[in-house]
Amino acid sequence: MTRTTSRIGAWIAMIVGSLYFLLPLAATFLFSLKMRRDALSFDAYKVVLTDPQFQATFGYSTLMAVLTIVSGIVLVAPTAFWIQLKLPRLRAVVEFITLLPLVIPAIVIVFGYLKMYNSSAWLPLTAHERSTDFLLVASYVTLSLPYLYRSIDTGLRAVDVRGLTEAAQSLGAGWGGILLKVILPNVKSAILSGAFLTFAVVIGEFTMASLLSRPAFGPYLQLIGANRAYEPAALAIIAFLVTWASMGLIQVFARNGRAKRKAA
Amino acid sequence: MAFLDIKQINKRFGTQQVVCDMDIAIERGEFVTFLGPSGCGKTTVLRMIAGFEAPTAGAICVGGQDITAQSPQKRGIGIVFQNYALFPNLTVEQNIGFGLKVRKLPRREIAAKVAEVLRLVELNGKEGHYPHELSGGQRQRVALARALVVEPKILLLDEPLSALDARIRKNLREQIRDIQRRLQLTTVFVTHDQEEALTMSDRIYVMNQGKVEQHGTAEEIYTQPETEFVARFMGNYNLLKAEEAHQLLGLQIDGHMAIRPESIHVLSAGSHELGTFEGVIRRHQLLGGVIRYQVESRGVALWVDRLNRNVADLLPVGASVRLQISDDDMRVVR
Ligand SMILES: Nc1ncnc2c1ncn2[C@@H]1O[C@H](COP(=O)(O)OP(=O)(O)OP(=O)(O)O)[C@@H](O)[C@H]1O
Ligand SMILES: [Mg+2]
Repeated sequence: MTRTTSRIGAWIAMIVGSLYFLLPLAATFLFSLKMRRDALSFDAYKVVLTDPQFQATFGYSTLMAVLTIVSGIVLVAPTAFWIQLKLPRLRAVVEFITLLPLVIPAIVIVFGYLKMYNSSAWLPLTAHERSTDFLLVASYVTLSLPYLYRSIDTGLRAVDVRGLTEAAQSLGAGWGGILLKVILPNVKSAILSGAFLTFAVVIGEFTMASLLSRPAFGPYLQLIGANRAYEPAALAIIAFLVTWASMGLIQVFARNGRAKRKAA
Repeated sequence: MAFLDIKQINKRFGTQQVVCDMDIAIERGEFVTFLGPSGCGKTTVLRMIAGFEAPTAGAICVGGQDITAQSPQKRGIGIVFQNYALFPNLTVEQNIGFGLKVRKLPRREIAAKVAEVLRLVELNGKEGHYPHELSGGQRQRVALARALVVEPKILLLDEPLSALDARIRKNLREQIRDIQRRLQLTTVFVTHDQEEALTMSDRIYVMNQGKVEQHGTAEEIYTQPETEFVARFMGNYNLLKAEEAHQLLGLQIDGHMAIRPESIHVLSAGSHELGTFEGVIRRHQLLGGVIRYQVESRGVALWVDRLNRNVADLLPVGASVRLQISDDDMRVVR
């Protein structure tokens, strides 16, 4: 009796939740199809996708995302590995540090950057476009730390890091070999989920890109949103799909990883 | 100087002294076992030999060369872990070939060596399997093959059989010993199972609380324990306190009296030979080839073993017997 009631309750909660989430999405989608006055069409999407600005900013942000992911992994994977292996007592500290970007607003970080690295500063990173790009990637690495560190650390915890490392050491492997050939292949799915999460975060990021005035996708979204009617709706749907594709891929890789571990 | 020479080695974790002034000397080609209860420091010593842990004090020498400060990569010491530690993302063949690939051997040579060692551990046909597709015994043999193929100077085995069931354990025991003999490989084997130690080893170091309690051949350790701990640990010794020894045998001793159950003769109740004493059977256990009786004599309980030849041999509970122990079989231990 109580079980059926609680199940009904759960269903109601689910439905209300889904409606809260899906209705605006459906409305946005519908609206994005209404560019032509007389019929539903994908005109808005056509306009958006053929806009050279869209292509340029999306391409730029994708590039930044890839650079962020690569530098993030290079930074986080060895760190998480070393902490797991040699400094487990530092784990709580590092975890706290990686969470800071969630606590400190991006705008605070970026003002810090502008103060530290402006064109009259000791290290004038913002003086050139390329060095500003570098700063942007650095800031994205910071932003993605919570996601990247968490997923890689979780992946490492599921592996016998110490045993595998020592086995490889006794067979003569050096640290680079151990990391690349023994550890990374066994946390591949965790790294990929972290990577997709990072991609989803970076592709729509606004604050950093805007204040460092880089031609990224986030500021473009904002610009279009402020000046057009139907295109922003189409863009929102596109951005949404990109994010969800990333999420979907995370699920796929996470499941693969779990299945393999279960079998092992 | 011995091939593997460990001198006055110490290890402290924080304030806990885990290994205390151990001296260990192992000759080339010897099969030596570290035997001791859980937590006595066996793994810690092994890890120091392999180079995963640095000793707090003392030195480790191999072939006359001090390796105490050398990294594990450079030591050329193979190790097989209790939990196998196979690389889950690599096949059997790739697991075994890992150490050779690290050494940048040509592909053909790697393949040949891997095939050879696969034959040695009787795993041919499993080359392409992943670790999770193998049984426990097969995984352990892959781990062994992986350590053997790089031809280590010393092979360390940390309770390699304890996760396996009894039958496979016995088989693998013989197989390991066989391979070790054939390759003349200096081997250190860790176990807390006295039977395993006795059946496999050339020599045994019995450890207790971070110290070497006694060392010697399997035969010596079993028949001539020097301390109460060793006598207790090696199995079924009757250990009599000083007052019990006095009560039963009329002897004044310092420490404990250790008597093996199989060295006590059971004579029929009627016999009145010199040096015998009487007792009453309180219990018996069938151990397969032998029957173990608990006999009470002059207020002291003794375990006594007799061969189980036929049903008529079985003495009923409550039966009176006479026991005889020769002087050689009474050992006074610390
Ligand atoms: N890294 C470590 N830090 C702190 N204490 C440790 C560490 N490694 C081992 N110890 C302690 O050292 C003692 C000996 O451990 P060790 O693993 O050498 O025992 P062992 O003889 O191998 O036991 P077992 O038969 O259970 O494997 C234990 O009390 C253990 O708690
Ligand atoms: Mg151990």
